[in-house]
Amino acid sequence: MAPTGSRRSGYSRRAQYNLFTGYVIAGVGALIGAILLALSFFQPQFFGGLRGVAQDGVSPATETAATVRTGSKGFWDTVSGYYRAGSKNAELKREMEIARIRLAEAEAVKQENVRLKGLLDLQDEEREPVAVARLVGSSASSTRRFAYLGAGSNDGVTIGMPVRSPRGVVGRILEVGSESSRVLLLTDSESVLPVRRAGDEVVAFAEGRGDGLLRIKLINLGINPLAPGDVFVTSGAGGYYPPGIAVAILTETTDDGGLARIVSDPAATDYVSVEPIFEPEAALGAATPIERELSE
Amino acid sequence: MERNDPRSRSDAYGSRINRSHSPLLANFVPWASIVLASILPIFPVATALPIVPPLGLLMLLAWRLVRPGLLPVWAGMPLGLFDDLYNGQPFGFAILTWSMIMLAVELIDTRLPWRTFWQDWFSAGILIFGYLGAGWLLSGGQPTVHSLIALVPQLVLTILLFPIAARLVATLDRFRLTRWRAV
Repeated sequence: MAPTGSRRSGYSRRAQYNLFTGYVIAGVGALIGAILLALSFFQPQFFGGLRGVAQDGVSPATETAATVRTGSKGFWDTVSGYYRAGSKNAELKREMEIARIRLAEAEAVKQENVRLKGLLDLQDEEREPVAVARLVGSSASSTRRFAYLGAGSNDGVTIGMPVRSPRGVVGRILEVGSESSRVLLLTDSESVLPVRRAGDEVVAFAEGRGDGLLRIKLINLGINPLAPGDVFVTSGAGGYYPPGIAVAILTETTDDGGLARIVSDPAATDYVSVEPIFEPEAALGAATPIERELSE
Repeated sequence: MERNDPRSRSDAYGSRINRSHSPLLANFVPWASIVLASILPIFPVATALPIVPPLGLLMLLAWRLVRPGLLPVWAGMPLGLFDDLYNGQPFGFAILTWSMIMLAVELIDTRLPWRTFWQDWFSAGILIFGYLGAGWLLSGGQPTVHSLIALVPQLVLTILLFPIAARLVATLDRFRLTRWRAV
């Protein structure tokens, strides 16, 4: 478009001052931005309250959108279910029969477990979820992978609580507003989760790479025992997550571990549950620097 | 005269007789559209890649390049402050980058007063490239090669969306200057 000429102030003192002040404010704005950015690097939770309020403000809209999203996904599942329905049905029936047999076996194992635990005087306490809510949105345009959850401090959610779906781990609560909270997803590049291979005691860390994959880093280096298809579950180390929740499936091996895909894609989940921190004392200990000892 | 041509006394913005622009709408629409576009990217749940373009920035660039002189040069600060509440980057990132982008466009305006759309698109592309690159560097996490590769689809999509944003801004501009008010 043609230049507007609003930059030419002419002889008007007023116009000259206006123009000059505009540039000064813009420069000062950039400076303020740089200072705030530096501040949020050193104190990442400093602006959490402000963002929480902002998130709460749009939560009616995001909640509605989440309802529509999960509803429409169910619709598409129904439609695509009709594609090759006959062969799928037969296959599912076969799987179902095998699953029933396995379920009966699992019942027997469970019984035995209860008996053995009774012998050892171990007690299992029921872990009630703190809140059940929808993932209402995400930081879809940022390099970081955060999701927004439709439950906040009013529902009892606090920072650090694990978030899981029926399939597996989704992430961890990072910031809490009164009606919504921010979840650090497993795929974020700052997310690290202690895991072990399901079935044996190969322990590793699952780190987000920032491109949708998890990097599995073995703790004990040596011959890499992993193979594609291995399933990793939480090990319970660190104290945040209860042990035994599915995390990822290995797709590719590397020198020090492998690359894995997450089991529970947050985009495909309907409701997620926020659970209490598994061992708050252990989590506190893990968060405390080595130089400073825990009191008591 | 109206009997021969009903639109004889009106232009693209409506009747020129007895009607005037709404000052509220004329001042409100650019800011509101950018603010709205800042909120939009939180609605989709993107877990693997940052796939949704930074729509707030796209609208800011489109308003600034399609209608120069409308947004003041300091507009990057308040609008960036709002965008920071929703964009997932560390707080202050959009204030800094949007302010610098406004100053950069001002510089381009001084050097190249007469531009075609292609030149606008090219400058927008360069600025978007810089913005996303800065976002990768200053995300608060470790900048890895993999997250840089993951940025490519978003970059391509954002640059390709600029003409659409420009057309949208042109439509909103006509809406903004429609003569609603009876005088």
